[in-house]
Amino acid sequence: MSFTPEMSDESSYALETIDLAKSFGGIKATNQVSLRIKKGARHALIGPNGAGKTTVINLLSGATRPTAGRILLDGQDITDREPHHRVRLGIVRTFQINQLFGDMTPVETLGLAISERNNMGHDWWRIAGNKPVIVDEIGELLNRFNLRDVMGERTATLPYGKQRLLEIAVAFACRPRVLLLDEPAAGVPDAERDSILETVAALPADVTVLLIEHDMDIVFSFADRISVLVNGELFMEGTPEEVAADSRVKAVYLGEGTDA
Amino acid sequence: MLQSTQAPDVAEQMARRARWTPLEIAFWLIAFSTIYLLPGRHLILTEIVIWGLFALSLDLILGFGGILSLGHAAFFGLGAYAAGLFAKHGIITEPVLALIAAGLVATVVGFLTSFLVLRGSDLTRLMVTLGVALVLRELANRYSGLTGGADGLQGVTMAPVLGLFRFDLFGHTAYVYSLVVLFLMFLLARRIVNSPFGLSLLAVKGNPLRASAIGIPVNWRLVAIYTVAAGYAGIAGGLLAQTTAFASLEVFSFDRSADVLLVLIIGGIGYLYGGLIGAIIFRLMQDWLANITPQYWQFWIGLVLVIIVLVGRDRMGSWIKPLVSLVDSLGGRMRRASATRSEER
Repeated sequence: MSFTPEMSDESSYALETIDLAKSFGGIKATNQVSLRIKKGARHALIGPNGAGKTTVINLLSGATRPTAGRILLDGQDITDREPHHRVRLGIVRTFQINQLFGDMTPVETLGLAISERNNMGHDWWRIAGNKPVIVDEIGELLNRFNLRDVMGERTATLPYGKQRLLEIAVAFACRPRVLLLDEPAAGVPDAERDSILETVAALPADVTVLLIEHDMDIVFSFADRISVLVNGELFMEGTPEEVAADSRVKAVYLGEGTDA
Repeated sequence: MLQSTQAPDVAEQMARRARWTPLEIAFWLIAFSTIYLLPGRHLILTEIVIWGLFALSLDLILGFGGILSLGHAAFFGLGAYAAGLFAKHGIITEPVLALIAAGLVATVVGFLTSFLVLRGSDLTRLMVTLGVALVLRELANRYSGLTGGADGLQGVTMAPVLGLFRFDLFGHTAYVYSLVVLFLMFLLARRIVNSPFGLSLLAVKGNPLRASAIGIPVNWRLVAIYTVAAGYAGIAGGLLAQTTAFASLEVFSFDRSADVLLVLIIGGIGYLYGGLIGAIIFRLMQDWLANITPQYWQFWIGLVLVIIVLVGRDRMGSWIKPLVSLVDSLGGRMRRASATRSEER
C-alpha cells in the first residue's frame, strides 16, 4: 500500500522511507514500507509479533541493508551509510534487549558516547574523564535519567530497570535528532516501569521519536501518530483515535494483543 | 571552579581505571630493584622482559581488541630482522633509534595486514594471522642473501646505547636497556587503554553492534589497535636481535606465536600485566622444569595450561582478590591520611 504524496517541503520530515524492502531468502520481512515522520513527532510503529518491526529498525539504523528502497534523514539519503555514520548524522536507536557494555559503569558508557559524538573517541594520549565539558554532561545525563545512585557500578550488575534507563540515556547522549526506541519498557517490572515511561515522555520536544512498541497502553499514552505494520507491509497510518476505531486493526492486532 | 557539584566524583569515576594502585607501583619497584639485587640473573631476566613486551603487544589486540592471533610472531620477526639488519649494515647504528625504526617497520606491515583480520570469525582470523607469519618466514628463508637464511643473521655488532652504554658479556646493559624500554612501552600502553580510544576498544570488544550504534567506527578502531600492537611486537623482536646480536628464522616461527599466546593466557588477558606476569612464570617454569626433566618440561607447561583454562582465570583471580583489596585499602587509607594531613596544614 502506498500513500498519496502531499506537496510539501521534503525537509519537514525528520525521517522518511521510500518503498523500503528487505527479503531474507524468499521471505519478504519488509515490503514497500514508506514512512513519513514529521519533525518533533511522537510516532509509534506497532504490529503483531512477526510483523517485521525489528527489521524496520535494523534497516533504519543500518545494521541490515535493504534489498530495495531509500531512507532519508532530514531529506538526506542515508541508505548507504555505515551504522556509526548514521549515528553521527543524528539517527540513534535503543535496543529491545539490553545491548550494553557489561564491564563498564554507567559513567564510562555515557562518557564514551559523548566522546564519540565530540570526535574525541580516537584520542589516545589523554586519560578518559579529564575534560570538564564531558564530565559535566555525564553528570547532567545521570540526573536526567535517574542513574546517579548507580553511576559507578558495573552495568551487568544493575537492576533491569536501571539498565533500560541507561539504554535510553546512552542513545540520548549521542544527541539524536531522530530517536528510535525499540520497546523501551520491555521486560521491566511494574515498579520500575513508570520511571521509564516518565523519562520517555520527558524527552525534549525537538527530538523526533519513533517508538516501536507492543504494549498498547504505552503507545496510546505516548504517540500522536501511529503506523500499523502487518506481515512486513504498512497496513494503515493515522492518529491514535483513528487507529483505535479501525475495525481491521482490531482484527489483526488488537484482538491478538489481548493475550500478550 | 565553575563545575556542577557532582562533577568531581563523576570525573573520579571516569578516571577510575587509570588510577595507579599500590600493587602496580610495587610491581615496578621490584622489577627495577632486580637491576641491583639479581646481577647474576640478568640474561634470563632480559629474556623475560622481551617475552613480557611481546605478550603485552598480544594483549593489546586480544585483551583490548578481541582479535585472536596465532601469527603474532610475524611482527616480532620483522622487528628482529629490521633491527639486526640496521646494525649489521650500519644503516642506523644507535640502538634506540634503530629500535624505533624496527618498530615502525612492523607498524607499517601491521597496518597493511590489519585489513585482513577485520572480517570473519575467530577461526578465519587465526588462519589469516598464521598465514601471514608463515609467508614472512618463508620470505626470510628465500632471501637468504639478505637474512642469512637458515643460518640466521650473522655478524651483527651493536653500537653502545645512546653512544654511552656498551653491551657487555654479562648482559647488564642489555637488561637495563630492555627493562627501560619495557617500562616506557608499558606506560604508553597504559595511557592508550585508559584513554577515550581505549574505552571505545573495550566497547568494541564487548559488543561491536552496540559500539557502532553509539557512533564508534568499529573497523577503524580495530585497524588502529592492530597496527599499534604490531609496532609493539616489532620493538620486542628488535630488542631480542639487539641484545643477542643475532636473528634467526625462529623469530617468525609458529612456536613463538603459540608460546606468546600461552604466556599471555598464563598471566591473564585484558589488564596489561598479564603478559608480564605470564612471561615471568613461563620463563622461570621453563628454566626450573628443564633442570629437573630436560626432555619433558613441556609436559608440565601443558598441564599448567590445561589447569588454567579449566579452572578459569576469573576464579584464580578471585583467589588473590582478598590480597589485592587488602593492599588497595591500605593504600587508600594512606592516601586519605596524607590528604587529611595536607588539608590540616
